[in-house]
Amino acid sequence: MDESQKSQVNTEHPGAESWLWVALAWLAVGIPLGWGIWQTLLSAAKLFK
Amino acid sequence: MLELLEKERTIARPDYNRWLVPPAALAIHLSIGMAYGFSVFWLPLNHAIGLTEPVPCSPDLNWFAQIIAENCDWKISTLNWMYTLFFVYLGSSAAVFGHWLEREGPRKAGFVAACCWGGGFLISALGVYIHEIRLLWLGSGVLGGIGLGLGYISPVSTLIKWFPDKRGMATGMAIMGFGGGAMIGSPLADILMRHYASPTSVGVWETFVTMGIIYFIAMMCGAFGYRVPPTGWQPAGWTPPTERKAMITAHHVHLFRAPNTPQFWFIWGVLCLNVSAGIGVIGMASPMLQEVFGGKLIDVDLTLAQLAEDQRLRVATIAAGFTGLISLFNILGRFLWASLSDYIGRKLTYYTFFTLGMALYASAPFAGEIGSVALFVTIFCIILTMYGGGFATIPAYLADVFGTQFVGAIHGRLLTAWSTAGILGPVLVNYIREFQIESGVPRDQAYNITMYILAGLLLVGFICNYLIKPVADKYYMTDAELDTERRLAHEAGMKNSSSRN
Repeated sequence: MDESQKSQVNTEHPGAESWLWVALAWLAVGIPLGWGIWQTLLSAAKLFK
Repeated sequence: MLELLEKERTIARPDYNRWLVPPAALAIHLSIGMAYGFSVFWLPLNHAIGLTEPVPCSPDLNWFAQIIAENCDWKISTLNWMYTLFFVYLGSSAAVFGHWLEREGPRKAGFVAACCWGGGFLISALGVYIHEIRLLWLGSGVLGGIGLGLGYISPVSTLIKWFPDKRGMATGMAIMGFGGGAMIGSPLADILMRHYASPTSVGVWETFVTMGIIYFIAMMCGAFGYRVPPTGWQPAGWTPPTERKAMITAHHVHLFRAPNTPQFWFIWGVLCLNVSAGIGVIGMASPMLQEVFGGKLIDVDLTLAQLAEDQRLRVATIAAGFTGLISLFNILGRFLWASLSDYIGRKLTYYTFFTLGMALYASAPFAGEIGSVALFVTIFCIILTMYGGGFATIPAYLADVFGTQFVGAIHGRLLTAWSTAGILGPVLVNYIREFQIESGVPRDQAYNITMYILAGLLLVGFICNYLIKPVADKYYMTDAELDTERRLAHEAGMKNSSSRN
């Protein structure tokens, strides 16, 4: 970052409500990804049978 | 509606939670990552006319006549052209539209990517419905390839600006999605094709329509979830390290000047060589395991050629499990290595990839020789983490060396290294294997020379990484140039910012 911009440092923390949205957003992408990983694990398990 | 896409409308409020940006990026990367899983459509498309078995074209027809023939099935080799189109258009669009993305912002780029990727599926559905492969190539290959390139680079610059303290981890999370897209898309496509299959259809065009709509919606959610930080934004409570690290610049190099620096081409070489080695292995993982171990995979002391048909089927199933396993390590590596690079530095991370990679590639023939499947599988799982890690760590490396102002666009140009590796890696592995077999080398040893050559590629990559030094001062943008670019990129200072949508 340039020296000239250091006066624009953020001092505000995200609100508590925003963490609910964070959790929902991560669930929206995490559930399909988890399902995909599970499907792959089922396929990979054949290697160890 | 269109004004919602303007960059000014995406500037976040000061209290915006930056952890909302990675899932938005993941929504886009998980969608476009299905590009890796397109081969799930090949077998059904191979008998789309015959329904139960392929209807071959008349041998009298030349290649072009076979392409336009309406009464015979497409060959898998013809369908495979899709991957070439993906790689070419991904690299080209990322290189060409990177500068536009930096000016117009990630939301507009994500929106266009959603239209291209989702729309490409719909055009492909029409192509399958009327049995016109050129529509398939145009839809998913060309249009979809452009969507891939734009979607891939759309969150890079934004994530690096939101996470100045965790550049590697942030981009690693997004790029992990690209590796994971096929894990969702392939089984989903399989389920949908079985659902839509009927006595008159193999269910592919209906699956394309459904998936096109799903991906369009998911990518639009991602695009509208993007927020850019106000210029100069820093996380609350975080202060940049006072002691500057030599390899992390505080300045910025212009996109048009970056390719004039030796650093750009050394990083290009680092990415190309790391990817070439890994991509060659991914493409050949299944046949390699089968040919190296043959009957040992099912506790039978015979080579692959000596096995009965049912035994070969069992071996092929195990090899498919191996392919799945290495894809898991591929995505795991994207997150883990990129996150680790925040602590040990990008240069040391790539030194690790190249040193450990060389040792592992050189050890693979030994694992085959002693017949240790466990050692062989472990070696390739670790190699694949470094293949994924190489992709995921490169944006942070670029930001360290060239600054953050044009990192997305510079990353776009660098992706031509991926396109090159996409051709180089498989060609090396396939042709050397064929040459070895034709020279009379047994099939279970046909990969040994390849492994040593891949280790050699990594040695060249190691040297490229060694040669990466800080950029010379003459390449940095002046304050006036930076102000002009920020004005053109509609970037506002924090005091002027507000999130309106």
